[in-house]
Amino acid sequence: MSRVIATVLVLCSLGVAACGGEDASPTTAAPQATTASTGASQATTASTVATETTAEVATTAADTRFPLTVASEAGEVTLESAPERIVALSATHVEILYALGAAEQLVAGDLFSNYPAEALDLVQVDSFNLSVESVIALDPDLVILTFDPVGAVPAFQAVGIPTLLFETATTLDAAYEQMAVLGTATGRVEEADALVRQMQADIAAIVEDTRDMTAGLTYYHESDPFSYYTPNSSSFIGQLYGLLGMDNIADEAPDDFGSGFPQLNPEFIVASDPDIIFLAAFGESPETVAARNGWDTMTAVAEGRMATLDPDVASRWGPRVVDLLAAIAAAIPAS
Amino acid sequence: VTDAAVSHPRRLHLNPSFVIVVVGLAAGVAAVMVGPAGLPARGVLLELADRLPFVAIDSGLSDRQAAVLWQLRVPRVALGAMVGASLAAAGGAYQGVFRNPLADPYLLGVAAGAGLGATAAIVGGVPSTSPLLPLAAFTGGAVAVVVTYALARLGGSLRTTGTLILAGVAVASFFTAAQTFAQQMASDTVREVFAWILGRLTTSGWGEVTLVAPFLAVALVVLLVHRRHLDVMAVGETEAASLGMHVARVRFWIVLAATLATAAAVSVAGLIGFVGIIVPHTVRLMAGSSYRSILPLSLLGGAAFLLVADIIARTVIAPSELPIGVITAFVGAPFFAVILARSGRSE
Repeated sequence: MSRVIATVLVLCSLGVAACGGEDASPTTAAPQATTASTGASQATTASTVATETTAEVATTAADTRFPLTVASEAGEVTLESAPERIVALSATHVEILYALGAAEQLVAGDLFSNYPAEALDLVQVDSFNLSVESVIALDPDLVILTFDPVGAVPAFQAVGIPTLLFETATTLDAAYEQMAVLGTATGRVEEADALVRQMQADIAAIVEDTRDMTAGLTYYHESDPFSYYTPNSSSFIGQLYGLLGMDNIADEAPDDFGSGFPQLNPEFIVASDPDIIFLAAFGESPETVAARNGWDTMTAVAEGRMATLDPDVASRWGPRVVDLLAAIAAAIPAS
Repeated sequence: VTDAAVSHPRRLHLNPSFVIVVVGLAAGVAAVMVGPAGLPARGVLLELADRLPFVAIDSGLSDRQAAVLWQLRVPRVALGAMVGASLAAAGGAYQGVFRNPLADPYLLGVAAGAGLGATAAIVGGVPSTSPLLPLAAFTGGAVAVVVTYALARLGGSLRTTGTLILAGVAVASFFTAAQTFAQQMASDTVREVFAWILGRLTTSGWGEVTLVAPFLAVALVVLLVHRRHLDVMAVGETEAASLGMHVARVRFWIVLAATLATAAAVSVAGLIGFVGIIVPHTVRLMAGSSYRSILPLSLLGGAAFLLVADIIARTVIAPSELPIGVITAFVGAPFFAVILARSGRSE
């Protein structure tokens, strides 16, 4: 048996078609993820990027009958049957569950769960001032969290509610892994497999189409217009720009604590004079940036090479990562 | 200044101990019954009665409802009672030992010191279930109280109400700044630490209760043993020494115990302010100024006060929760102003 799995893994990692996932058409595979992507997603015939994640998806697929055990940062948990009342205290995981077609299994999201539009009809739970009992009152059979400041995980475990804790993904592979675990936990392994493959294919296609234009361009990605904590290349978002071969001005700033988000001095940003500026904070636009003292001296500001990114899309690690990458690529002026 | 150890003026006809015990029990039962999980009140009462000796009743609660009650709600109430009792008793003890009506774990900087100790431990990788956490908090709190005391002595007479509190404010600001710095160094734990600075009781089971119970037990026993000494010290240190009391040693043990009680409370509930001011002063109004009654009644009253504050914190913006420190500060800051005005008049 283990030899069979090993063989499958090897074949998959070689990108052999026998794995089955990659000829899935965009309509059956994860409609949420593909509808909004740009033209780049048409190129689904591009071969799947062979990564370790592909292999992991294959292993989880090996045992998908309930009862089953899944693991997260809250430890292992056994699910007796497919959950029917999921409370997902994270907008990212709500997006993933919709993309997996698990809408009917979902009863509540958090206050930021606004995508897809149907998610606005979910019960909204305040995950920052979390009341454990109010979640229990929803009678969930699976709770998903991204952080746990109030000791909620042991509380849910104490009353026998299966709980998954997924911290903010710091790599694309970690995001794919969360999707795979969610697929297993909801009885939607094939959908998760297809979603991940689709995302990998879409991302590969965008990279292939635009990398020639984007490689070597310097950029500043603004997510915090108040204190200028800025993602560098080691952060999740920085890795996306890295796929396009772009250079991050924040990489020159010291990141002593290894957070991936060094704090930049506005003087440093202006002096760095990046080729292009991406704005991913609520309320910021090319006009507000141009109005800042001294910023109009930057070439990108003077020549209008600024692009606004949806702050929600730019802060989640769900299926719309593809949209984010497409938006970044679309902002690059063809030269 | 004081009529301690001379008389016990009864300003209320009801026995104050009786009133405080009844209020505390009522708050405890109410705290167990109130909550968004919607447990039937009758079922909760029957389930509680079922646990009394020689009583066996079928409460009609489902397994999950019973689990919510016993694994989440009851430990939270126990934790709230313990934290309230500790902060109030520590406040009463500091007021006695420093002979200062405004002394309080929060205002003396002890809570901030304990907070820095606990934060440093969390950032350093100590798990939140380890007994090292209250010990680290104790170390920070002890440093803070020593620095505050030394600073106040440097700044002039300890008998001036304001000097000690100003020293405490300076120490608290410094330790809070150091804590913020420690937080910045570990971005992945920032949110956990932040939630904890605001002061909150968590609904996470018996772990925290059993973690701090031994520390609190030791601290509270030491404080109760010394309650008569506080009465003697209230007369004056010279007088106490002439009565044969070893003032420095007694002061050491009381400050140590009050700081340990504060640190244990802070390490599970974060920075909850003003409990140590509100409760002992209310007890003084009800039962007179002898520490023989102030300390035990503050213990009970602190438990009752924090349980009431927690009920408000859980219900006022339900289904979300407000940090309990917001409630205690909301009540405590005006109360503090009143005490300040009164102590200014008496000087």
